[in-house]
Amino acid sequence: MKFGVITFPGSNCDHDAIFATQTCLGEEVVNLWHKDTQIPNDIDCIVIPGGFSYGDYLRCGAIARFSPIMKSVVGFANRGGLVIGICNGFQILTEAQLLPGVLLRNTNMRFVCKDVWLRVENTTTPFSNLIEKNAVLRIPIAHGEGNYFADADTIKRLEDNNQIVFRYSNEQGEITDMANPNGSINNIAGIINEKGNVLGMMPHPERYSDEILGCDDGLIIFKSIANYIHSK
Amino acid sequence: MKKFKSEVKITLREGILDVQGKTVENALHSMGIPEIAHVRIGRFVTTEISAETQEQAFEIIDKACRQLIANPIIEDYFIELKEI
Repeated sequence: MKFGVITFPGSNCDHDAIFATQTCLGEEVVNLWHKDTQIPNDIDCIVIPGGFSYGDYLRCGAIARFSPIMKSVVGFANRGGLVIGICNGFQILTEAQLLPGVLLRNTNMRFVCKDVWLRVENTTTPFSNLIEKNAVLRIPIAHGEGNYFADADTIKRLEDNNQIVFRYSNEQGEITDMANPNGSINNIAGIINEKGNVLGMMPHPERYSDEILGCDDGLIIFKSIANYIHSK
Repeated sequence: MKKFKSEVKITLREGILDVQGKTVENALHSMGIPEIAHVRIGRFVTTEISAETQEQAFEIIDKACRQLIANPIIEDYFIELKEI
């Protein structure tokens, strides 16, 4: 299979994403540039990496949404292509309205950079199919605006449709306020769209994709994507 | 073609926790001004618009606000427009 990792001006996790998918996972990867207007036909999954695209000007992700490549990403997603947005990538996907809601400033006003525990709530997605239900992953976060917010109707829809894929938990998998690093409603750390082909998550699985990095809990997300594509 | 100046005030919608405002409010209380409450912080954007009429200029800036300058999920915006 082939991944496409997009680089925007200010992206800083694009090479981590390439390392995770190419070196750790062993799949093909092409690096796409924000000014590209087309996504190559043989791409199976687009990765929108973390960083500070366009300096986070105006709102995080607001300007990247209007990058030339994003029109193609929206088309790719609408045709059923897999898209994973990590951190700033999640913010871009909400601004592009490929995912509902918005990421607000963390309630403690701080940039939070630490490992968190994630309870995996939905293991039937292309991004989580190799993970056991209710497994707890250790994944790092690094963001100032990761406080997931949406109106009550949207949250209810996300809950009812099982669109919440990851929640912040403690090591035992309990969803507590203490385990919530940024104030996200219902401890939401990652969601999927209704169709199930677009995932956004604030934590960085690509940063924990090899034991040499201290942990490889994140690799299973990329393995799940490859498994989904290969078994299609 | 006429020229207009727009001034757009963007604020977080009521009910959305403004953590920046809350932090400033706490600091104001710490410096001895307890009378100030409900601090909300927003953005202020000015633009110049070329348009035939004031209505057309309003439509242009309103579209810009809806699609980029503000995020209607969490923000309200208020437009003031005058010919220059």
